[in-house]
Amino acid sequence: MTMTDFLTVTNLRARIDDNGTPKEILRGLDLEIPPGEVHAIMGPNGSGKSTLSYVLSGREEYEVTEGSVRFKGQDLLALEPDERAALGVFLAFQAPVELPGVNNANFLRTAVNAVRRARGEAELDAVGFLKAVRAETKRLHMSDEMLKRQVNVGFSGGEKKRNEVLQMRMLAPSLAILDETDSGLDIDALRIVADGVNSLRGPDFSALVITHHQRLLDYIHPDRVHVMAQGRIIHSGGPEVAHELEAKGYARYLQAAA
Amino acid sequence: MNAITTLQAPALERFIARARGDVSVLRGDLPTRAVEAWHYTSLRDVAKVPFEDAPDADFEAARALIDAHFPADLNMARAVFVNGRFTPDLSTGLEAFDIAAFSPGSGAMARPERDAIAGINAALAQDGLTLRVPQDVDAGRLALISVDVGQGRFSTHPRHRIVLEDGAALSLLDLNFGSGAYLSNPVFEIVVGDRARLTHAKVQDEDCEAFHLALVYADVATRGLYDSFTLTMGAALSRHEVHAGLLGGHATVHVNAAQLLDGDRHADLTSVITHGNPDCVSRQTVKNVLLDTSHGVFQGKIYVDRIAQKTDGYQMNQALLLSDRAQIDSKPELEIYADDVRCSHGATVGALDEEQLFYLQSRGIPRDDARAMLVRAFLTDAIALIEDEGMHTLLDAAVDAWWARRS
Ligand SMILES: Nc1ncnc2c1ncn2[C@@H]1O[C@H](COP(=O)(O)OP(=O)(O)O)[C@@H](O)[C@H]1O
Ligand SMILES: [Mg+2]
Repeated sequence: MTMTDFLTVTNLRARIDDNGTPKEILRGLDLEIPPGEVHAIMGPNGSGKSTLSYVLSGREEYEVTEGSVRFKGQDLLALEPDERAALGVFLAFQAPVELPGVNNANFLRTAVNAVRRARGEAELDAVGFLKAVRAETKRLHMSDEMLKRQVNVGFSGGEKKRNEVLQMRMLAPSLAILDETDSGLDIDALRIVADGVNSLRGPDFSALVITHHQRLLDYIHPDRVHVMAQGRIIHSGGPEVAHELEAKGYARYLQAAA
Repeated sequence: MNAITTLQAPALERFIARARGDVSVLRGDLPTRAVEAWHYTSLRDVAKVPFEDAPDADFEAARALIDAHFPADLNMARAVFVNGRFTPDLSTGLEAFDIAAFSPGSGAMARPERDAIAGINAALAQDGLTLRVPQDVDAGRLALISVDVGQGRFSTHPRHRIVLEDGAALSLLDLNFGSGAYLSNPVFEIVVGDRARLTHAKVQDEDCEAFHLALVYADVATRGLYDSFTLTMGAALSRHEVHAGLLGGHATVHVNAAQLLDGDRHADLTSVITHGNPDCVSRQTVKNVLLDTSHGVFQGKIYVDRIAQKTDGYQMNQALLLSDRAQIDSKPELEIYADDVRCSHGATVGALDEEQLFYLQSRGIPRDDARAMLVRAFLTDAIALIEDEGMHTLLDAAVDAWWARRS
């Protein structure tokens, strides 16, 4: 394995406390994403895709029992979730969390300025923030009215996903993990979300796109596609892997891995 | 358990010695926890202390405390009481208000014979704000600032009488703070006339060694509104007790509150709302944010008279426990004698949501800031209930300051 010094996951094992009994979900996962690349992960429900995204972004309830994650030369697992965000990790949640009583614009501005502060950049004042966020809501075809609402409260599935992409763009990550951001989106919304990702592509932006569907990958062209099952990457290849999966399903990879 | 039902009280002996007026209201002892109304709040620590008369006011100390608590840019008339005494030199903008000299004598509304705390106030009150807002006048905003400051153990017993005539309006900011191991014992007698509207936003931020025992009696006439919100953050032990009477049809009373407690503090919000007429509305949202080994109490009674048909009563008590040693006691009580009423009540207790915390942290917000945001969010809808929106910013700022300084 080559060390690109961007994201390197080695033999990652993680478990969760499932009502008192430890349940191993990630079982020796290896993954390498070089800078500037977009990778996709596909895999059956329950294979541990969301768990991987949580472990990378620092959710405490998952206990890492073995392996390592290096990101930009650092031990990612030793960092708090907010430190990881400052370093450039962003997770677009499969199920974005509702925050009753928290105003969306305030939330976004607090987050942007926390990250800017941690990165040694100047904070945005109210006017600067508004200008920046308006440009992004326009690109994502979101109404400014959404900024006045409470975070994700009463949002439709599609609105929540767009709100995730808005946060991603405002926080300028270098590694975006998109966990089934396409599910629940109609074709127009899918295009908008894909554009939101594609327009960030460049040498300083990598993405890990978790999806069930080839559909999203028609718009976000991955450099590599990984197949995940039972807590491991069981096959990796080029974009053609996604087409094969779409046509033939997971069975042949699962058999090959067994 | 021994069967003591009254507290042998050095405090009471001293009160009797100090009282200039009628001491009959002081005969008897302080209630113990065997008394139902005091089941969750013990007066033991109060009863032990022979509180003295308040020392002469130290103006510079009082001024410094006011500067620390009262936002300088707040353009509001203020009536300042230092150690229970009206202090003209620190007050401003009162020319526009109809304020009368204080007259002693037990209040018409407080029931000293039934309530020991009211009795202490009745026997010892020497000053207070006597304010009348004339018919159909909107008097705007007024800050009532009560500062207690001094050495030793002393007590203050202001009695405020606020009358809004028919159609009058007033927005009162009631600030309480100080420095020392004092007992603050204010009593409010409030009359809200027909169609009159009173906002009563209280902030209790007393010294952590102080006691604060407040009583509010509010009578609301036809289509009147008593809109109150009490933010409790201070004192070692405190109780804010409200007796609100809906005395005319279509009257409304809001007894909303937030208790933010750290350390070993104990705070009690007790209310009795009496629906004495048809078509009245009462609303009560009480939020508790409890840290460390603090203890929050909510006792809320809604009494609906036989004639009070179409009563609309709502009561909600919520607690956010930020420590596993913090404690909340909640006692909602409905006593309903009318048959066509809508009354609901509920209570929730919980910790901060880990999923929400993680969501905020994953966006770069450090954990303690994330906690602060969620605590603020928890309080937001309660603070937003105050009809005078100008008060929201002020209370939000007080909450932020509390979070920033908490132990
Ligand atoms: N908090 C949890 N408690 C118990 N089991 C969990 C928890 N999170 C995930 N799991 C289990 O771990 C497995 C992988 O889940 P997940 O990572 O969500 O998979 P995927 O995203 O690929 O569908 C599933 O069997 C799921 O039930
Ligand atoms: Mg998933």
